[in-house]
Amino acid sequence: MFDGYTSTELMSIFAMQGFAGLSLFSVFVLMALGLAIIFGQMGVINMAHGEFMILGAYTTYLTSGFFQSYLPGLFGGYFFIAMVLAFLICAALGALVEWLMIRHLYHRPLDTLLATWGLSLIMQQAYRSIFGAREVGVDLPEWMMGAIQVTDMVDLPINGLFVMIIALSVAVGVYLLMYRSGYGKKVRAVVQNRPMAEGVGINSAGIDRATFALGCGIAGIAGAAFTMIGSTGPSSGQAYIVDTFLVVVFGGAQSLIGTIVSAFGISQAQSTMEFFLSGSMAKVLTLLVVIGILMIRPEGLMALKVRR
Amino acid sequence: MGTTDTTATGRSDGKGSGFRKSLMTLAASVMLATSVQAATPSTAAVNTTGLAVTDDTVTVGILHSITGTMAISEIGSVQAEKLAIDQINASGGILGRQIEFVQEDGASDWPTFAEKTRKLLRQDNVAAIFGAWTSASRKAILPVIQQFNGMLYYPTFYEGLEQSPNVVYTGQEATQQILASIDWAVETKGAKTFYLLGSDYIWPRTSNKIARKHIDKLGLKVVGEEYYPLGHTQFNSVINKIKLKKPDVIFASVVGGSNVAFYKQMKAAGVDFTDEKPLLLTISVTEDEIRGIGGENVEGIYASMKYFQSLDNANNKEFVAAFKEAYGDDMVIGDVTQAAYLGPWLWKAAVEKAGSFDIDKIREEFAGIEFDKAPEGYVRIHENHHLWSKTRIGQAQLDGQYKVVYETEELMEPDPFPEGYQ
Repeated sequence: MFDGYTSTELMSIFAMQGFAGLSLFSVFVLMALGLAIIFGQMGVINMAHGEFMILGAYTTYLTSGFFQSYLPGLFGGYFFIAMVLAFLICAALGALVEWLMIRHLYHRPLDTLLATWGLSLIMQQAYRSIFGAREVGVDLPEWMMGAIQVTDMVDLPINGLFVMIIALSVAVGVYLLMYRSGYGKKVRAVVQNRPMAEGVGINSAGIDRATFALGCGIAGIAGAAFTMIGSTGPSSGQAYIVDTFLVVVFGGAQSLIGTIVSAFGISQAQSTMEFFLSGSMAKVLTLLVVIGILMIRPEGLMALKVRR
Repeated sequence: MGTTDTTATGRSDGKGSGFRKSLMTLAASVMLATSVQAATPSTAAVNTTGLAVTDDTVTVGILHSITGTMAISEIGSVQAEKLAIDQINASGGILGRQIEFVQEDGASDWPTFAEKTRKLLRQDNVAAIFGAWTSASRKAILPVIQQFNGMLYYPTFYEGLEQSPNVVYTGQEATQQILASIDWAVETKGAKTFYLLGSDYIWPRTSNKIARKHIDKLGLKVVGEEYYPLGHTQFNSVINKIKLKKPDVIFASVVGGSNVAFYKQMKAAGVDFTDEKPLLLTISVTEDEIRGIGGENVEGIYASMKYFQSLDNANNKEFVAAFKEAYGDDMVIGDVTQAAYLGPWLWKAAVEKAGSFDIDKIREEFAGIEFDKAPEGYVRIHENHHLWSKTRIGQAQLDGQYKVVYETEELMEPDPFPEGYQ
């Protein structure tokens, strides 16, 4: 398929293709981190994860509207405020949901699955009633659009770079929180042995609520970031949820490092195959490889070694 | 049947004014009833098959998704159909009868469409159904509507390969949309190479098959053909491929949320469509979709449809004004919304020509029925139940509207089973 192209053309295409893979990787990391935290810590599969992302997206939409009407001079920077707001709002709703619903359903994984799926439907319909069924367009500040032209052929999309930076910051933040803070120590203690952790005085119910809120908040940040590359509509969250589960399950349910490794593996495989095959075939092959590996390692790429 | 009684008593919520209002309603309806009595044929004569027709009303069904993922697209159709019904009622109704409607929600779920069709036909005995949007929902309705001999007025542009005695297709079938647009790109833009890109389901695949055959016939070249799953949101790889292949035209039939992702990422990758290098020609982005994508991301793309909101004719100006008055100034009207608006009017024309609401009698009258108040200009029903219509090319503007740059001189003949394109 490379007949008739000069070597510079090929080099630039491969450079851009590498960049495409990396930006897909950062999208996956952002999507999956929140879900992985909740799943790993509490064993709860949050089917409404996509809807929390869209809540973040709608928050961004409202913030951009607010800045356009009242603070047009500061419009260039609204996105950072939108992300903070998205995190706070989604985390608050997450805490509420945990208190109202999830905490009554621990140790009943199938019921939480159903309950959160029901929640996702409720949230979708709520968006539809509030914002209308049509997708909304989120206006971006001028500086976030367009591309940096590196050479004649190589353009790096600015919003792709921006998503990468957000993904990196969130990943580092989660790492610091989980492995360098008192809260993280407690979380890890609860994950490894809940009764023992409670025995030494850790409030495991509080930890659960905080963790659920954290996971939802990260989903909100992801949603805010995705307004740059995707659609914002009542059911847009559905587009992300399958890939998110894929990444988390493939990575190993209780390992954040596993999630990142698996996001990297799947994104690189997918974007490389998309380049050589058609889009649908690439997806099929990616799924086949994942299924194959999961058959050999049912616990995922990086399973935490826990005594059960 | 005591319809006036029920409105009179059922509405009297506030005591004094309610009573006065109901008296007035009663008086008005009595006057209306006596004044049109002479012209109104008897119910027994116009309805021999037990449809929901009374001496002064006729009931129809509206069946679209107003919840679920398709609601985004289908709500415009519901609005247009209700507007048409209101307008017909205001101008005296059909055969002296006011139209009432029963609205059901298909909920973006294909079996639900079949079940609701059964309900509308068996329980409500509706005289016509205006509804469905996706081909999948139409296919779900088809066996039911054929079994109980109803009539569906289907608004969406679709892939063709279908012709049912129980469906009238008010949108374009694939060849009408595609052939003229490719000819246009070749003749006026000198296009020689094409890249076909679509979402992975029947409509884009059939459309691209037709496009490819036509491009082959013209002796030109397809340099790439690709499909992405519905809801796909990452198009960077295909954008790189397009940059490598440098086609003259990207022929796009991406739908739904993927559309938003595709155009945003094209823009972010430094593609400016106003340069027309490559030129982007789509058959799936109406004014409705642009609202979600953002005008700045699609400025300069070309779309091939039969209707654009900006069409400059008296019918359309009236239609746009009425639509905005009914639903608000910020409404946009896409191709399918206009096609949905045609449904009730075509049904009215057929009923009046047949002098009956009976499905079998209407069906015999379809061929040749004209509607010259159509916002798109003028349409005529072909004997294959599709519409003769013009095809237009519009260029997307920053404000989210299309500027019409070309229209076919003649009406395009609908050809749902195109020979040599299968």
